[in-house]
Amino acid sequence: MNIALEAPYLPLAGKRLRQETSRDDRIKFGLMAVIGLYLVVALGAPLFVMLSKSLSTYRFDLAAFEFQVSDETGAKWGPVVTADALNRTLGAVAEGDLASSADGRLAATKFFPDFSFRSPVHYRIRGTTDDAAFLAGSTLEKGTEWREYDSGTFRRIMLRPARTLGLDNFKTYFSTPALARSIYNSVLMAAISTVVTISIAFALAYGLTRSCMPLKGLFRGILAIPILVPSLLPGIALVYLFGNQGIFKDWLLGYSIYGPIGIVIGSVFFTLPHAFLIILTALSIADARHYEAAASLKASKWRTFTTVTLPGARFGLVSAAFVVFTLVITDFGLPKVIGGQYGMLAVDIYKQVIGQQNFEMGAVVSVILLVPAILAFAVDRRMQKRQVALLSARAVPYVPKPNVRMDTICFAFACLVSFFILGMIAMCQIAAVVKFWPYDLTLTAKNFAFDLMDGGGWSAYANSIRLALLTALFGSVIVFAGAYMVEKADAFRFGRNVFHFLAMMPMAVPGMVLGLAYIFFFNNPANPLNAIYGTMTILVVSTVTHFYTVAHLTALTALKQMDPEFESVAASLKQPFHRLFFRVTLPVCLPAILNIAIYLFVNAMTTVSAVVFLYASDTKLASVAVLNMDDAGDIAPAAAMGMMIFYTNVAAKLIHALLARGLLARTQAWR
Amino acid sequence: MRHALSIEPTPTGIARAPEVAAPYLEISDLWKSYGDFVALRDISLSIAKGEFICFLGPSGCGKTTLLRAIAGLDLQSNGRILQGGRNISTLPASNRDYGIVFQSYALFPNLTIEQNIAFGLENAGRSRAEIATRVNELLATVGLSEQSKKYPAQLSGGQQQRIALARAIAISPGLLLLDEPLSALDAKVRVHLRHEIKSLQRKLGVTTIMVTHDQEEALAMADRIVVMNHGVIEQVGSPTEIYSHPKTLFVADFIGETNQFAAKVLKDGAVEIGHSAFDCSTKDLEAGTTATAVVRPVDIIPHGAHAHVVSAVDRPATPQNLIDAEVREMEFLGMFWRTRLTAPRLGERTLVADFSVNAVRRLNIETGGVIQVEIPRDRLLLFPRSA
Repeated sequence: MNIALEAPYLPLAGKRLRQETSRDDRIKFGLMAVIGLYLVVALGAPLFVMLSKSLSTYRFDLAAFEFQVSDETGAKWGPVVTADALNRTLGAVAEGDLASSADGRLAATKFFPDFSFRSPVHYRIRGTTDDAAFLAGSTLEKGTEWREYDSGTFRRIMLRPARTLGLDNFKTYFSTPALARSIYNSVLMAAISTVVTISIAFALAYGLTRSCMPLKGLFRGILAIPILVPSLLPGIALVYLFGNQGIFKDWLLGYSIYGPIGIVIGSVFFTLPHAFLIILTALSIADARHYEAAASLKASKWRTFTTVTLPGARFGLVSAAFVVFTLVITDFGLPKVIGGQYGMLAVDIYKQVIGQQNFEMGAVVSVILLVPAILAFAVDRRMQKRQVALLSARAVPYVPKPNVRMDTICFAFACLVSFFILGMIAMCQIAAVVKFWPYDLTLTAKNFAFDLMDGGGWSAYANSIRLALLTALFGSVIVFAGAYMVEKADAFRFGRNVFHFLAMMPMAVPGMVLGLAYIFFFNNPANPLNAIYGTMTILVVSTVTHFYTVAHLTALTALKQMDPEFESVAASLKQPFHRLFFRVTLPVCLPAILNIAIYLFVNAMTTVSAVVFLYASDTKLASVAVLNMDDAGDIAPAAAMGMMIFYTNVAAKLIHALLARGLLARTQAWR
Repeated sequence: MRHALSIEPTPTGIARAPEVAAPYLEISDLWKSYGDFVALRDISLSIAKGEFICFLGPSGCGKTTLLRAIAGLDLQSNGRILQGGRNISTLPASNRDYGIVFQSYALFPNLTIEQNIAFGLENAGRSRAEIATRVNELLATVGLSEQSKKYPAQLSGGQQQRIALARAIAISPGLLLLDEPLSALDAKVRVHLRHEIKSLQRKLGVTTIMVTHDQEEALAMADRIVVMNHGVIEQVGSPTEIYSHPKTLFVADFIGETNQFAAKVLKDGAVEIGHSAFDCSTKDLEAGTTATAVVRPVDIIPHGAHAHVVSAVDRPATPQNLIDAEVREMEFLGMFWRTRLTAPRLGERTLVADFSVNAVRRLNIETGGVIQVEIPRDRLLLFPRSA
C-alpha cells in the first residue's frame, strides 16, 4: 500500500513555513498589482456599473414632494398638499410619463396651472423622505426641510426622479415586441452565418491541407484580407452591388439586400478569415499515420473522411463555430449599414443610447447581449482545454498526394471564394474612385476630400493612426507584462488566477457593451478618472481592453515555450528577475510581441463598436467616419475612407513583415 | 554568515579543535505536503563538506522535491535546513548559496556559450577582464574553449550539459545541485560525462547533491546514496553498503536485481524456503517470523553437474545451501550468461542466476542440464514481512 496515500500526519507544532520575500518578489507583486488594477478599472468596474445601471429604474415619485402656497402678501400659507394629490385633480402628468431616466427632470410649476413668475405669491416645497431631491436652478436640494421660493425662482424648481433597483427594465424590454424580436433576429442571423461560414472555411482549409492544388500561399493571403477592413466595408460593397442602384440588384429576385440577406453575406465575408485560420490549424495537425492505417484497412475515401478527418478537426470546428457566432451576434458595423429595418441587438444598443439617449435600456440590451457571448466563450474554453490532450508530439505530418479531380475541384472552389473576397474589395475600390456609380464611371479623387464631408475628415484618419500606434505600443507592453506575471511569478497563486480570469474576460464582452460600460463608469463626475473621458486616452484604454484576450493568449503561448527553469537558474546565479527578463525572456519572445503589436494595430484601425460611444469631436476616428458618412448618405466617401483603412493595414502588415525579418536576423541568430 | 562551530584562535594558542566535524548541510524534520498528498515525510539528513550525495529513487519518491526545498524553489511545509551553520529554511532562492543544473539544461537560447557562463558573473562588481578570464578558465575546465561563440542550439546534448555545469560553478557556489543532469543524454555520453562530473567535483571539492533514478549512475558517482521511496528515506549509505547490505526490501529490490522467495524463520541461523531449510544469518529474527528471502542473481555460485566438491572459491560450501537445479533457459548478455533455473527444493519459483562466461564454459552448463548451485549463506538476505 502506498504510504503517501495514508492520512497525512503533519507535526502540529508550528505553522506552515512562509518563504521570506525577496526584492524581486516585491517588485513583481507591485507590477502585478498595477496591471491587475488596470484590468479592474478598465474592465471589471465599468461592467459592474453597467450591470447596476441595467437594474436601475427612475420614476418621479409624486407622493414624495409636498407644496405649500402663500397668499399674495406672502405671509399667509395655504394647506400642505402633495404633488401626487395635485396631479390627481389636475392630471398634469400622465401616469406613463412618470417613468424617467437618470437625467429626468419635472418642472414643479406643472402642478400649478395658474402659476405666473411675476406673481408675488411664494411657494414652499419639501420632500417627505430624505431621498426626495429637486433642483433649484443648478443646486440640488434634498430632504424634509421646508424651502421657500418666490415665484421667479419657483419657475426653476425641477423635481428629480427616484431610483429603484429591480428587473423593471428587463420587463419593459421583453414587453416591447420590437426590441425583444431583436434577440430572435440576432440569434437567427448568427446561426445561419455560422453554418455558411464554417462550411466554406472547412472546404477551403480541407483543400489547402489535403489536396495538391496550386497557389496555396496566394489563397492564404487573399483569405486574410477581410481582417484588414472594418466590418462596415462589406456592407458598403453590398449596397453598391445589390442595393437600390446596384448593378446586380436583379439577381436577388426582388428581395432586398437591406436586411437578413445582406447581413448573412457580409457576416460570411468578415468572419471567414477567423474560421478559416482555426480550422486550418486543426486540419494541419493531422497525423499521417492515421491515414496510412485507414488505407491499409482498405477504408473508402468517405469512411476515411468521416472517421479520421472530421473527428480530428472537431474541436477546431466547434471552436471556429463559436468564434463566428460571437462575432456575428456582437457585430455592430455591418447590420448598421446593411441591416435596414431588421433589428439586431448590437444596433439596438446604439439606437437606444445615441438615438434615444435611453442609457438604462441600452444597458439592458448590453446585458442580454453578454449572455450568448459569455456562453459561447465558456463552451469554447472547455473545448480548448480538452484539445491539448489530443496533440501528440510524435505525429507524422500528412503530405497529400496529387489527384487531378480532387485538386481541380479544390482549386476551383478556392478561386470562387477568392473572387468573392476580392470582388467585394474591388467594388469598394471602384466606388471610392469613380464619380457616381454606376452612371458616371470617370475617375475622380473627390471622394477622398474627406474634409468637405461630415465625419471628421482627414484628421479622423490621423487620429485612427495615432490610436492604432498608441494601442499597439501600450497594449503590447501591458499585455506582455501581464502575461509574464501570470506565467512566471511563482508566488501569489490566487492573484495570478484572478488576473488570468480578468484577462480572459474581454473575449466575452462585445465592443458595444464595453463602450457603453465606459460611458457609465468614466462619464461620472464623481469618478476621479473622469478627466480621461472624451480624450484619446480612453480610446486607447478601451481598444487595448477590447482586444486584450487574444493578445494575452499569444503572449502566454510564447512564454510557455520558455524553459520554466530559467527563473530558477537566474535566482541561483543571484541575478534579479528583470535582468533575465531583458536579456533573455524579451529577446526570445520578440516575434510574439511583434505579432501582438500588429494584431492590436490592425484591430484599432478597424474597430467601431467600442469607440463609437467614446470618441469626442477632436478624437473622431476613420472607422467611425465610415459609419457616419454612410449614415449621412455619403457612401462613396465612406467607401474611400474604408479603403484608406485597408491601405494602411496592408502597409502596416508589410512593415511588420520587414521589421520582423530584419529584427529577427539580428536578435534571433540562435534559431 | 559565519560557520557556527568555527572557533577563533585563542590567545593561549589552543586553536580550532572541533571534536565533531559539523555537517555542511543539515536537514531536520522536513515535511512537504500538497493538500492531502505528503511528498516528503519527516526527512532528516546530514551532509559533510565536499561530499558527493545522490538522491536515488523511483519517480514520484520525493527526491526532486527535496532538492528543490534545499534550493528554495519549492518551500517545505515544515522543517529546518542549515547550510554552513546558517539557517536557510525560509530564505528565497536568490539569497541561498548554490549552483544548479537541470535535466533540461535551461541554457539561455539567445545567448552565446560565453554569455551563458558569464551570466552569473556580471552584476557583481567584477571587471570585464576578470569575467573574461573566468569564463575562459571555465570553458577550458569543461573542455569547450573552441565553442565559446556558438549558441546552445548548435551544441550536442552532452556539450550543452557541460556548459550548464560551467555556468553553475562559475560563481563558486558552496553547494552544487544536479537535478537528473544526465537522463536526457544517450548511454555512451552519459557514462563519459558522469566520470567527468565526478572528477570535476573532486577537483573543486564542492559539496554536491545529485538527483537520479538511475542506480548505476548513483553507484558509480556517489560517496553516499540516499535511497528514497514514497517521501521517506529508506537508507543512507555508501554504494557498497547499499548494494550489499540493503536495509529494506525496497532498497534490495530497487538497487541491483533480486530473486525473492517467501520464507519462514525456523530457528536462529536457519530459514525455510519452499519445503526445505537453508542456512542464513537471521539477524535476531524470532522463530516463526514470515519474511521475504532475497538473493541476487550474481551471488549464486555454480558448482557444475553433480560435483560433490568443495566450492570453487576458497571456502567450504554450506551443504544445506547446495541445491540441484535444472537449467531451463540461458540468455547470453555479453558479459555474462543469465540463466533461469528450477529447483525442487525451492518450490515452483524460478531462480535467476548470472554466471560468468568462464564458469559456463568450465562447468559445461547448458540448457536442459542439471547442475548444483550454492546460495551463499551470507548472501541470503531476510526481510521480515509486515502482517
